[in-house]
Amino acid sequence: MSSFAKFGNELYTGKRSYDFVGSKKIWFLVAAAAVALSILIPLAKGGFNLGIEFRGGSEFTVSNVKTTEASVGEKAVHDVVPGSVPRVANVAGTTMRIQTDKLSDNETLKIKEGLTKAYGVTDNEVTSTFVGPTWGADVTKQALIGLVVFVALATVLMALYFRTWKMSLSAIAGMLVTMFITAGVYALSDFEVTPSAIIGFLTVLSYSLYDTVVVFDKIRENTADIDSSTRRTFGEEVNLAVNQTLVRSINTMMVAILPVGAILFIGAGLLGAGTLRDLSLALFVGILIGTAATIFISAPMYAWLRQGEAPLVKQAQRVKQRRADAAAKAAAAEPAKA
Amino acid sequence: MARTGRNKPSLRVLVWLGVILAAMTAVLAGGTMSGVASWSPKLALDLEGGTQMILAPKVEGGSDINEEQLNQAVAIIRQRVDGSGVAEAEISTQSGRNVVVSLPGTPSSQTRALIQASADMNFRPVLVTGAGAAVPAAQRTPAAQLPKPTAKPTNASDTNWITADVQKQFEALDCDNPAQDKQQRSDPAKPLVTCEPATDQTPAIKYILGPVEVKGVEIQGSTFQLQQGAQGAVTNEWAVNIQFNAEGTSKFKTVTERLNQFYVAAGGETGSDPKSQFAIVLDDQVISAPRSQAVITDGRPQITGGFTEQSAKALSDQLRFGALPISFDIQSEQQISATLGGEQLRMGLLAGLIGLLLVVVYSLFQYRALGFVTIASLVVAGALTYLAIAILGWTENYRLSLAGVAGIIVSIGQTADSFIVYFERIRDELREGRGLVSAVENGWKRAKRTVLASKAVNLLAALVLYFVAVGNVRGFAFTLGLTAIADLIVVFMFTHPTLQQLARTRFFGEGHKFSGLDPERLGAVPLYRGAGRLRSPEDKPSVVRAKNTGAAAEAERRMTIAERRRAEQQEQLAGSSKGPAKEGK
Repeated sequence: MSSFAKFGNELYTGKRSYDFVGSKKIWFLVAAAAVALSILIPLAKGGFNLGIEFRGGSEFTVSNVKTTEASVGEKAVHDVVPGSVPRVANVAGTTMRIQTDKLSDNETLKIKEGLTKAYGVTDNEVTSTFVGPTWGADVTKQALIGLVVFVALATVLMALYFRTWKMSLSAIAGMLVTMFITAGVYALSDFEVTPSAIIGFLTVLSYSLYDTVVVFDKIRENTADIDSSTRRTFGEEVNLAVNQTLVRSINTMMVAILPVGAILFIGAGLLGAGTLRDLSLALFVGILIGTAATIFISAPMYAWLRQGEAPLVKQAQRVKQRRADAAAKAAAAEPAKA
Repeated sequence: MARTGRNKPSLRVLVWLGVILAAMTAVLAGGTMSGVASWSPKLALDLEGGTQMILAPKVEGGSDINEEQLNQAVAIIRQRVDGSGVAEAEISTQSGRNVVVSLPGTPSSQTRALIQASADMNFRPVLVTGAGAAVPAAQRTPAAQLPKPTAKPTNASDTNWITADVQKQFEALDCDNPAQDKQQRSDPAKPLVTCEPATDQTPAIKYILGPVEVKGVEIQGSTFQLQQGAQGAVTNEWAVNIQFNAEGTSKFKTVTERLNQFYVAAGGETGSDPKSQFAIVLDDQVISAPRSQAVITDGRPQITGGFTEQSAKALSDQLRFGALPISFDIQSEQQISATLGGEQLRMGLLAGLIGLLLVVVYSLFQYRALGFVTIASLVVAGALTYLAIAILGWTENYRLSLAGVAGIIVSIGQTADSFIVYFERIRDELREGRGLVSAVENGWKRAKRTVLASKAVNLLAALVLYFVAVGNVRGFAFTLGLTAIADLIVVFMFTHPTLQQLARTRFFGEGHKFSGLDPERLGAVPLYRGAGRLRSPEDKPSVVRAKNTGAAAEAERRMTIAERRRAEQQEQLAGSSKGPAKEGK
């Protein structure tokens, strides 16, 4: 308990410090590899497992059912296509509507048979038809336009607030890394991509930028008048800011991830596939990666983008000079004391 | 350093928060009492079920609908449904022929009409108007006197369009008790006899209209606003603006050129030649028939006169959504159960509760007594969000889907983050050796900026996605914005004032071990350093400083404590080395 407080104190005072900025090459490499994998995995698997909401699918209508239990219909579909996520609803009293992913003719016949038995109806009381996507191309298009506009405006907003476009660029880079890796993990899990997952995804993007802004604000504060200071170089100031906000980053991540984790592992564990599982997986991965990307990618990248600027190069030289002086002074003082 | 008088404002802010909460509760209670609102939030399609409508599109000319038209139909219905709130309807196609619309709850007759509203809109010139009632059989024009066209009509306003049949039809038409069964779609090239249905303010009117001159598809957009007076001042009159595309602009110009002549000939404002009117016809019914008071050359006519805000919005909506050359028949309308069922919601809420408990435990573990401030703040945020959702469910038809519930659970993290950022800043100030009261003030000053900047990102995401995206994404944006605003209100009006108050208590002020603000645990640099030496004002790290302090002082302040100690050590070493040298003199 007290050790965590001590940990925070040491991070704040600079006694304990993790070199996030200095070892940026490692982090960038790790991120690049993870992003490459995240692109390769869905490619290798032949794309994402898109749900009925995106691709359309088959719809069965069962009339005059004996029971309106949804689970009966779900089981009938699972028996034929394991792992699918059918949407079963009761329509107008004694009719059930069962929607599934796109099916082959053979599967359609089998499910029809299964549903006939499961709901205790006759053959001609089960009909099937094709349904189009509820999340059609127009919805995707509008969502993408919204996303692009948001990212563009957020870039401008951050550039205005922080007075440097380099922070915007680093923040967006971190967000992109988060986006790719979250999508990659999602593809790896082979969960169906549903509108809920997309919503989770959008939440993650906004969380990722949000988190970066919080950390960058501390960096801004620490480097506000770097020119007149010879205490630390720019990179060291950035690193200190990240370390000083590390406790906050960990606490925030924990608080954000605890409820999501509860939904993912408890809720979805009890319920199996469904909205909750899709949403919470995207969120769980995204919050973890988003927090990490701020610390390991965005902040070091910002330091890296700016370290070549002429005033900062000069400042780094002054810091070096001062340190050399101080060391010489200390060395001179040492024998005198002895 | 403590500023007296800080006490009162923070209490006042807390009272204001109480007033806001009470006002929201009162609004909701009022709504519930009058039976239009309810205490619980409205639930979306996936949790509550609703109504499923299967719509069969009808294309002009009776040909089959093609895929492109079907997609267009889906897009336009989605626009209409979204336009009536944030209810997250589901719109899909079936068998490549029908459009399936699923709406949460039972759609109001307005919503139903809006979805069904076919959009065969066009503009026809008015030839004759009359009172709504049918002319009694005895008073109808005898067969011999029925009009006989003398020549082929030369333009759309030519009375030669009125044949004997048209006149008979016009007299027989009863607009006060309109027949419900819809006949065949009218022929755009022929005159039309039809009604303008009665409204609250105006009685029914019947018309003989000339052939179609401008089609609805040529409308590019429509807005409504308070009319601007001659001096540019806003008057109290509502107006509806139309904007035509290029083709519509030139056609409408020709029409108004002709119609305006009738208007001027009849004596302008005081005249009443029906032939100066053009009728906006939707689904073969006149929705408005304004007079052409000017020649419109820029394709941007404005309709004024007797509108209320509601009627202006209604007409503007009709004009905007009118550009769809497809109409719909409702084939079936059925109740549909929730697709997720209560089970999912219960599990989701249960999981959320467990998550919340974990958050509580974690906060107490991390922040000790300060954790209670976090929990109380979350409770206030929860109350605000709940009330807002219930009220918006009533006014905006906002409905909570399972994704929305999960979104709110996630927002716990982002809301708590504002407190965490704030608390960490206070701790930073304490570590610098400051007293709690001033640490709260200074920490707040710095945390405020961060909180505002980061919430701006969330609000921006919410606003952009709300206005650009459609369907589920729009609902998500709404939830995101809502929680971000609730969060800001709580941080500014609850957490900060509460801390200001708590900083004055002995428990927190003296840094009790369990207060979470114990300077000793935070490794604060004490003001008294032993050896009879008090810390000199120069190296007192952070004093409340006026703005625009010198950069050097800023750099000094930003020196970490470890560095400062090191520096001091070196100073001492240097000093002690100087000491003996002096003595030797």
